[in-house]
Amino acid sequence: MVSARDEILGRIRAVDRPAPSPVSRDYERTRHAGDPVELLAERITDYQATVYRTAARELPYRIAERLDGRGRIVVPPDVPREWCVPEVPWLADAPPLTVAELDSADGVLSGCAIAIAETGTIVLDAGRGQGRRALTLVPDHHLCIVHADQIVVSVPEAIERLDPTAPLTFISGPSATSDIELDRVEGVHGPRTLEVLLVT
Amino acid sequence: MGRNPVTWLGSPTFPDAARDALGDTQLRGNLRKATTTIRGKRESAVAELGDWEELRRAGESVKDDVLANLDTYLERLEAAVTDRGGVVHWARDAEEANRIVLDLVQAEDTDEVVKVKSMATAEIGLNEALADGGVNAIETDLAEVIVQLGDDRPSHILVPAIHRNRAEIKEIFAQMPEPPTSDDPHALAEAARKYLRRKFLSAKVAISGANFGVADTGSIVVVESEGNGRMCLTLPETLITVMGVEKVLPRWQDLEVFLQLLPRSSTAERMNPYTSTWSGVTPGDGPQKFHLVLLDNGRTSTLADEVGRQALRCIRCSACLNVCPVYERTGGQAYGSVYPGPIGAILAPQLAGDLHDEQAASLPYASSLCGACYEVCPVRINIPEVLTHLRAEVVEAKGKRTPEAMAMSAAAWVFGDRRRYEAAQKAGSLTRFLARDGTLSSLPWPGSKWTDTRDAPVVPKESFRAWWRRNRG
Ligand code: SF4
Repeated sequence: MVSARDEILGRIRAVDRPAPSPVSRDYERTRHAGDPVELLAERITDYQATVYRTAARELPYRIAERLDGRGRIVVPPDVPREWCVPEVPWLADAPPLTVAELDSADGVLSGCAIAIAETGTIVLDAGRGQGRRALTLVPDHHLCIVHADQIVVSVPEAIERLDPTAPLTFISGPSATSDIELDRVEGVHGPRTLEVLLVT
Repeated sequence: MGRNPVTWLGSPTFPDAARDALGDTQLRGNLRKATTTIRGKRESAVAELGDWEELRRAGESVKDDVLANLDTYLERLEAAVTDRGGVVHWARDAEEANRIVLDLVQAEDTDEVVKVKSMATAEIGLNEALADGGVNAIETDLAEVIVQLGDDRPSHILVPAIHRNRAEIKEIFAQMPEPPTSDDPHALAEAARKYLRRKFLSAKVAISGANFGVADTGSIVVVESEGNGRMCLTLPETLITVMGVEKVLPRWQDLEVFLQLLPRSSTAERMNPYTSTWSGVTPGDGPQKFHLVLLDNGRTSTLADEVGRQALRCIRCSACLNVCPVYERTGGQAYGSVYPGPIGAILAPQLAGDLHDEQAASLPYASSLCGACYEVCPVRINIPEVLTHLRAEVVEAKGKRTPEAMAMSAAAWVFGDRRRYEAAQKAGSLTRFLARDGTLSSLPWPGSKWTDTRDAPVVPKESFRAWWRRNRG
């Protein structure tokens, strides 16, 4: 008996297909933005997320300001040490937290891989300071740190810089739905609050 | 080989179903409101990009490259996914895909799975097949929850419950353990969140579709809004993804085109809230078992049609539905397929692959050929061209017949057999002929031949899903 694989490939090969024409790529690969940091802040804010700008030396103070009193905060094991300010009761993911522990946490702090200014998107690649995907998914509040040198303007620039073999999550605002009368409503299953600290 | 479930068995032909829907003022009101809103938003989202036309041409040419080299890219995708610890399965048709998925689920010793909205699994009737095998598939997309709990059928690609307004949704959600407190969309979303949270946290197996599968890296891409996708793709131990073969993209770089085209065309956003990509299995992060089911189900035969094959470029954005005057007036259910609107009118009959099927054959007539769909399509599918082409094929297959004649012969087919008649009636497709006193009367010929002898009593209403479970296969 012919396997499904061979039959499907056989059906494709039996078709008289046109010779492939070259792929047209005359769209803009990079785009110019006067102030990419400002553009990113504006576009993230459009999604009903909150953006705070801070200087690098003030970052620990800002983290404390955002998270103090919020409860127990999940943190990937490899974030820079100065992020783990003493005011906050941290839940480090080492050893890995259970799903129940993540569910009972009050928030999560993470870094990111890159951010796309034009679309207001933060991309996580499970790399340094970000942890495995569940960490930034289950808790209801996500505080994400973005450094200015992680910002690109356009989607093509982002795709070029990302590692396709890593599990990637593109985040544009808090979770939302357009399923009720095609209106965007924030807050369904992912973190319902997204806060971004932009470090410049 | 069974019948292709891409069109719903027992559905009325388009002209008949449309006439029926036209009488439903609530439906028309809901639809008009939703599509008008989204049309305006899409225009501004698109206008923001100065290179939109260039992106459309790129989208078109990448997809044409895919179709020209489909065998090569599929083999490449298979190799990449396998290399990264995934298992690839191939399914010739719906029945085979359903069996593969059911076997995989049963091997994990569970009778409940969470699902993230996927057109491919809706197309093959996976939920019903799983139910037959004793597995409960829980839809997790808000719109799908509305459809599932409302015992209803989808009516839009992206927003399957677009025909429901907030008040109706509140009614449907009243059966949840913690019903919504009001019909405010926030309250409705909150109710759905509570309802599904336990399911997400405890599910062992998730089933998803795929928006794209990148051949050279094995990356599968799911574009979504609510985070239910992320839950399904991240928390369970086993992930099964069903992907139509035409969803493969050659290169990672191609995503830079589609991640711009898709969100702006579908929800009219610069970017949708969440996009996930993964390649095989990542140790210590997410599902440790990953299965990719590559689905044909009529795609290779569609590929063989020189004009019709462009329908395989479709990225399921639903922009063509939102601009279609026919869709706006009839709603999606009149098309009798999971693929409604202009894309449904060209894709469903081709996937069904049977122009002798009266219902499928009536779909290419579900258009006024105004061309609005072609203008908005992000991958430049010339829908009017394909519609005209398919109409010619219908006429060729069936002899010279007008659409009315076809609608009529469909009625003949349904009425010609007591069992089919009952099935169709329970599916709600005969309501157009219902007299006010609840009996069927004055049917057009040849139905009239039957009703002349006596009034047909109306069988008590049975839900579509109940009927489907009993009658399919
Ligand atoms: S045919 Fe074009 S516009 Fe319609 S859903 Fe497909 S990609 Fe979108």
